[in-house]
Order: sequence, then C-alpha cells, then structure tokens
Amino acid sequence: MGEGWDGGVNCGETSWPCITSVSPVIPVAEMSQIIDQLAASIREAAARGTPLRIVGGGTKDFYGGALRGETLATSAYRGIVEYDPTELVITARAGTPLAEIEGALREKRQMLAFEPPHFGATTTLGGCVAAGLSGPRRACAGAVRDFVLGVRMLDGNGRDLHFGGRVMKNVAGYDVSRLMAGSLGTLGLILEASLKVLPLPPAEATLHLKCAEAEALALMNEWAGKPLPITATAFRNDDLGVRLSGAGAAVEAAAKRIGGTRVDTMLAGSFWNGIREQTDAWFSDARPLWRLSVKSTTPPLDLPGSQLIEWGGALRWLKTDAEARTIRETAARARGHATLFRGGDKAAGVFQPLSTPLMKIHQRLKQSFDPAGILNPGRMYPEF
Amino acid sequence: MTAVTETPVNLMRQRGAAAALRAFLPESSVLFEREDVKPYECDGLSAYRQVPMVVALPENEGEVQRILKTCFTLRVPVVARGAGTGLSGGALPLGNGVLLSLARMMRILEIDPRARTARVQPGVRNLAISEAAAPYGLYYAPDPSSQIACTIGGNVAENSGGVHCLKYGLTVHNIVKLRALSIEGEVMEIGSDGLDAAGYDLLALMTGSEGMLAVVTEVTVKLLPRPSRAQCMLAAFDDVTKAGQAVANIIAAGIIPAGLEMMDKPATRAVEPFVNAGYPLDAEALLICEADGTDEEVEEEMRRMQEVMRASGATEMRVSRDEAERLRFWAGRKAAFPAVGRITPDYYCMDGTIPRRHVGEVLRGIAGMEKKYRLRCANVFHAGDGNLHPLIMYDANDSDQLQRTEAFGAEILELCIQVGGTITGEHGVGVEKINQMCVQFTAEELEALHRVKHAFDEHALLNPGKAVPTLARCAEFGRMHVHVGQEKFPDLPRF
Ligand SMILES: Cc1cc2nc3c(=O)[nH]c(=O)nc-3n(C[C@H](O)[C@H](O)[C@H](O)COP(=O)(O)OP(=O)(O)OC[C@H]3O[C@@H](n4cnc5c(N)ncnc54)[C@H](O)[C@@H]3O)c2cc1C
Repeated sequence: MGEGWDGGVNCGETSWPCITSVSPVIPVAEMSQIIDQLAASIREAAARGTPLRIVGGGTKDFYGGALRGETLATSAYRGIVEYDPTELVITARAGTPLAEIEGALREKRQMLAFEPPHFGATTTLGGCVAAGLSGPRRACAGAVRDFVLGVRMLDGNGRDLHFGGRVMKNVAGYDVSRLMAGSLGTLGLILEASLKVLPLPPAEATLHLKCAEAEALALMNEWAGKPLPITATAFRNDDLGVRLSGAGAAVEAAAKRIGGTRVDTMLAGSFWNGIREQTDAWFSDARPLWRLSVKSTTPPLDLPGSQLIEWGGALRWLKTDAEARTIRETAARARGHATLFRGGDKAAGVFQPLSTPLMKIHQRLKQSFDPAGILNPGRMYPEF
Repeated sequence: MTAVTETPVNLMRQRGAAAALRAFLPESSVLFEREDVKPYECDGLSAYRQVPMVVALPENEGEVQRILKTCFTLRVPVVARGAGTGLSGGALPLGNGVLLSLARMMRILEIDPRARTARVQPGVRNLAISEAAAPYGLYYAPDPSSQIACTIGGNVAENSGGVHCLKYGLTVHNIVKLRALSIEGEVMEIGSDGLDAAGYDLLALMTGSEGMLAVVTEVTVKLLPRPSRAQCMLAAFDDVTKAGQAVANIIAAGIIPAGLEMMDKPATRAVEPFVNAGYPLDAEALLICEADGTDEEVEEEMRRMQEVMRASGATEMRVSRDEAERLRFWAGRKAAFPAVGRITPDYYCMDGTIPRRHVGEVLRGIAGMEKKYRLRCANVFHAGDGNLHPLIMYDANDSDQLQRTEAFGAEILELCIQVGGTITGEHGVGVEKINQMCVQFTAEELEALHRVKHAFDEHALLNPGKAVPTLARCAEFGRMHVHVGQEKFPDLPRF
C-alpha cells in the first residue's frame, strides 16, 4: 500500500491543526464595506504620501526587506468565494487562512499542488500569493505563479481591479495576476485570488538513500530525465529523501527502481513537513539562512557552511556566515540568484540585484500600479 | 473581423526607413517592393490585410538590436512576426511600420539533456524542438495543432497551448528564461536557469503579451522525459450535455488525463472523410481521452476512465490498440481546422474559455445562434480546460455572410464572458477581439494594462493598437463592461 494523504494523522503533509476555524459567512454588503475601507485607507495614504504595510497573517514578516509603514490588515476580508472541485478552481478572499483552504480541498481529495509553506498557523491566502513561495512539490508540479488563474486587487490608488479569471486558460490582457505572485505587496493589495487545484495522488511513498552531495545531485538530475513519478527530493546530512506520488502500481514500480529505505506514512509526513515548514533540525543552525535558486545540474557549491538541497538540485538552502557578495557571485555563476532568506544583515539587500534594464522596468511597473510609492516600499528592493 | 481599408504606404517614409536599415543590413534582409512585402500582409486571420511599409529579416540578435534602435530613433512602429499562423491578427502589419520577421533566426543553440532544457532562437518551429530533443528521450510539451509551422517566439507571445496542456501546462509553464530586447534595443534577461528569478515575474508578464512589450530573441524551454507509454480512447455520446458531464466526472474521480478533447457531430463528420480516424459518425459528441506515464499508470488510468465514461452514459468506447491507432485518433482532432476548411470556403475560429460546468448551456446557445445568423458551426473543444473552438463556416466573398459571421463570433464571446469565462484562451486578442476587451474589462483595468505597456514601451512603438483597446475605442464600440455574477444591488430581493 502506498501512503494515503488523509490518514487522519496529521492532515496529510502539514502539522497545522486539521480542523480550522471556518470563516463565518458574512453578507456581501459587509464584504464590500471592508473593501471600501481598505480602498479608503489606500487612497488616504496615497494622498498623504505615507507608507502602508500590508499584513495577512504576519507569518512572513521575516521575509524580504525592511517593514515600513502603517499596518493595513487583510484578515477581515476572508472566506472561500467559490469552490467547485470538478472545475479544479478555488477562489478565496485574501484574509482566508491557508489552512481553511487546504481543509476544504482535502475534503474533496484535492490540494494546492505547489505545497506552500505556512511558517505559522495564521498564514493567509493573500500572503501566500504575495510571497510567492512554494514547497517540496514545486519542481514537479510548479510554483504559486503556475497555479494563479486570476486576482482581484486594489492598486496604489485604491482602484478595485480584476485580472485573469476563474478558467484554466486565459490570454485576454497582460498576465497581471501571475505578476502579483511574489510581488510582495508592492504592486497592490490582493483582495481575492483564483487558483488551480489538483487531485491528491492516490498513493505515495517516501524513500531515503545514503549518499554524498555530488552523488545525490547526479541521482536527482538523472531521475528527473526519466518518466518517474517523483514529487519531491530533499538532501541534507548525507541523506537523500525522495517522494513518489501517483497511481499505486506506478509508485510501487518506481520505488523498486530507486531503492533505498522506505519509511512509514507518519515519518514521511513529518519529514516533508519539516522541509516545507523549515522545522527540520537542519534549519535550527543559528547562522543566517540563504536561498540559492540555481541550474539543477550545478555541482556542489563551493561555499562554506551547511547545505540542504531541494527541487532536484535547483534549490540550495545554505546556512553560512559567508559574505553576501561571495554568495551572490556564486549563485550568478550557477545561472541563478541568491536571497538572504532569514536572519543576517539585510542592509546589503535581500534579493539579488537586478540588471539596469530590468531595474528600470521594475521601477516603472511600480510607478504605474502605485504612483505614490506607498505600498510596502522597500520590501523587495530599496529602490522602490 | 471585418476587413478594414488599408492604410496607404507613405513612400517618403518608406524610403527613409529602408535606407536607414540597409545601412547595416544586406539588401536581401530589407524588403519594401510591393510584391516582396505582399506575402506578409496577413497572419492566420486572413480577413484583415495590410501590406507593411518595410519588412526586415534579421539573422541574429545584433541585427534585431540595430533594427529596433533605428526604428526607435525614427519613431517607426515595429510588428514582430514568427510564422504568421496567429489567429487573432497579432502579426498584422502596419502601413507605416516595419514588420520584423524572426523567421530566419531558427537555430537550436543548445540542448542540455541533463538539465532538460533547450535554448533556441525565436524562429525555431515548435515541433523542431521536440525533434531535436527526441534522441535524449525528451520533448517539449506544449503542442499547438499548428506545431509543424508555428515558432516558439510566437508561442511565447500568445501563451499557446495544445491538446496536452491540461496535464502539462501552457507555454508559460514550460519556459524558464528569455532574452528579449526593448524597443530601445536594451537586452533583458528574463527568468533564470533555476526555477525562479529575483524580482517581479516578468517571464509571466512577457508570456502572452502579443509582441507588445519586447521582442524575444532567445527562449530557454523545459524538456520533459517522454512518457514510456501513452494510450488513447474514444468515447461517443448521444448528447453534448452528457459528454460535458462525463468530463466533469473524470475530473471529480481525481484523474487528470494527458488529453481530454471534445468534438461535436459536425466536426467529426468533417474530419472523418479527411483522415479516416475511425470516429463514430452518429454520435452527437465524441470525447478523445489520453492517459500517459509508466505502463502501470496507463493501465490503471485507462481502466478508471472507462468506468467513468460508462457510468456517464457513453454509447460506444474504443481504446487504441497500438501507437498507430493512437496517432490516428489524434490525427482527426489535430486536423479539425483544415478538415472544416475543406467543406466551406472560409471558416472563422473562435477561442473562448468557460467554466466546464457551462459546456452544455454554451453549446446550446451556439446552436441557437446558428439559426439566428443562418450559418453553420462545428465545435472542437479542449474540454479538459474548458477552451472552446467553435468554427463558424462562411463565404468571405459574400459580404453579408462576413458580417453575420462577425456578429455570431462576437455573441459567442459575450456568452463566454457571461458564464464567467474569457474571450480568448490561447489565440490572443490581436486586432480580432479588441472590442470584446471592452466587455471583459473595466475602463480602469484597461488603463492599468496600458500603463503596463508604457512601462516597457513609452512611445507605444511595439505592435501598437493591438490587444488592449483605447478607451475612446470602447466608447465608440458602445458596449458596457459586465462583471460576472456581480449585480448592482446584490442585497435586494429579486423576483
Ligand atoms: C491550423 C492552426 C491551428 C492552430 N492550433 C493552435 C493550438 O492548438 N493552440 C494554440 O494555442 N494556437 C493554435 N494556433 C494559433 C497559432 O499557431 C499560435 O498562436 C502560434 O503560437 C503563433 O505562432 P507564430 O510563430 O505563427 O506567430 P505569429 O502569428 O507570427 O505571431 C503571433 C504574435 O506573436 C508576436 N511575435 C512573434 N514572434 C515574436 C517574438 N520573437 N517576439 C515578440 N513577439 C513575437 C507577433 O507580433 C504576434 O503578435 C493555430 C493556428 C492555426 C493556423
């Protein structure tokens, strides 16, 4: 038997409580009042030129540049707007707890396939989309942006705008909804998002292999080129974890091919949860945490510190005291970029600096959505 | 899509622009004689024609850069073009502009089998990528029916899909990096060789931007391992609504098929004599359904899909027995457009996407419109994605038919918006659906889209006038934006 996802033990893969408070049903009129209030706050701030700091559950305050401005909370604007499992689409308000959305999906044996990290029980859908962070399944299933179908947002003038929609394919107008994923609230306040969802795999298995880093990288890249149902990989401390998901027979056949030691559902659940939520013991190291997104075939990085590898080799977490410049140069040579994810000195910037032409486009986009420059200024780059 | 009167070419400007380009390009790369530029007068939407002032045919990025810089200095608008198979007039030239054909930039620069990527020039044909990757057991997943002809640059500009995108995604899900030039000729590297990039997701913004933001000069695509097996199944239904329900039931059963397509009776009847795919001809609707993966996966999925189809009332089912038969099942679907083209002088291909639950309702609506406009319509349909391609049959030489066709198409698109869908799933807005953009978006939303363009192209020189209508145009069109499911006074009781 493969591992089911709803064994009722730990809600599949997350450790957050299974039964979450379901958003109270609030009359539409009250919901539009909340929007009016949010829009009024934005307009007022724009008029006065005072910065606003958009907050969902506050679980990702550690992420990105400095927090500036008066708090503008989205938490009251919550609730699932529409969910029809046969459409594979869920639409919910920004303040909806992510756990509530995942709960509703799990009931219908569906999931957010990008496995977003929560980093706390209060995390919201709006924060999830705005932060744009994806979990272990990313390399196989795609990132947040790959699942965003539409957004409703307030721009820096408090205008209520809809982009994209609730359908799978849509090329009417520029893809502003995907642009919002990972924009860290600098372009607008996300009011609602429509996401594509996927069925839970019928079976899963997790295997562990003992190997050194170079061998793990070679294996991960080799497997990815074969039609194997691998949905997550994680390597640290000479241990390579591999998750297989799919039809029962396919998982069994692949498990035989890959070998290693198979662990039970409970252990597998807590292992992947530890990677996704960064509660694995590897993360307890006190040094700053860097996130390097690189070409998957990049050989072991020549940087001091300890590494945890995910996404088939394309994501390298690094605990190190090395200098920012060295880390960024190494990431650029590996044809990727580095982010100071947690801790450390943010004065030298959090994200990899952009080329001059790209910075110019970023500043102009910011200017066009938020001309007063009041929404989460500096959260992404000090320049805007 | 009424044919518009052509803008005459200003000979003075033409000579100036051609001379400026010939200063650094060979003569054979700059065309302006009428008989030389005539082949570029339209794309796949042939009801619109306009000869370009000048055609430029660069062979490398350096040449593209100098062309753009020259055009920027002269303030001459530029329309990029791949293979010209676009169906919304995105590559329709401008009478006062340069048509920039990327067709000569057709080199596959690098295939990295270990990293499973291919780096190619924009004029490389979609299918050529999969062919080059085949020796490594890899392929490029998005497979538009036009894949033997259309270019990857055009695919990026339209965010093209194919019959396998329910499971494998659209262009946006299958590219990792672009090199693109701004109208000022600045080189931008967008995306990275990792799975994401720093800053805003400009890769997503560029995808589907219809040549309005920048000119793509290089694309790095993801390659996937070819599944060890694929099997295809036909299921016939005596009613389109039942077939629509069967699609929903497949999804509800937790299955994401590799392909899930639907054709109605007029479509199967047009196709069958053309390709002999073995389609049942008396069925009101035919579903084509594919499973791929390992042997074990395919077996299990086919069995479950057959169960669901049977329970949903399929009148007949046929499972491909070998690869040749599987390809035959698909050949019919892939040849649907040309097959319909054989039974009518002209056809007009629509591209709305709707929530799947409204399939029956929308198809019934279209049947009503056939009577209203006295025109026939065949429906092929990426059913898994809810993406409809009604093919309206008409005769372009009959101006009354052309007008009725246009009104018919517009009504289909507005019906799509009404049920919560969109006016274009994969073919783009171009010039064709620009009026319907006024119905789908509010004035404020359209302004925001214009500002996005402005951020890349301050002087509106890249493909101006396409994709996003001016507010003045919307006022002239006189149709109001409708927000789906949102009524003016939602709290008031309705009778
Ligand atoms: C028979 C037939 C079947 C089709 N089937 C499908 C289908 O299944 N799925 C689907 O999605 N589409 C389909 N199409 C539509 C069409 O093939 C696609 O839109 C395709 O991506 C267009 O590619 P192209 O190279 O022909 O681009 P073109 O038509 O030349 O150009 C399309 C747009 O891209 C822009 N452009 C082109 N190259 C560049 C570049 N390098 N940089 C910036 N902008 C650029 C142009 O300005 C224009 O706006 C079909 C068309 C036909 C005729």
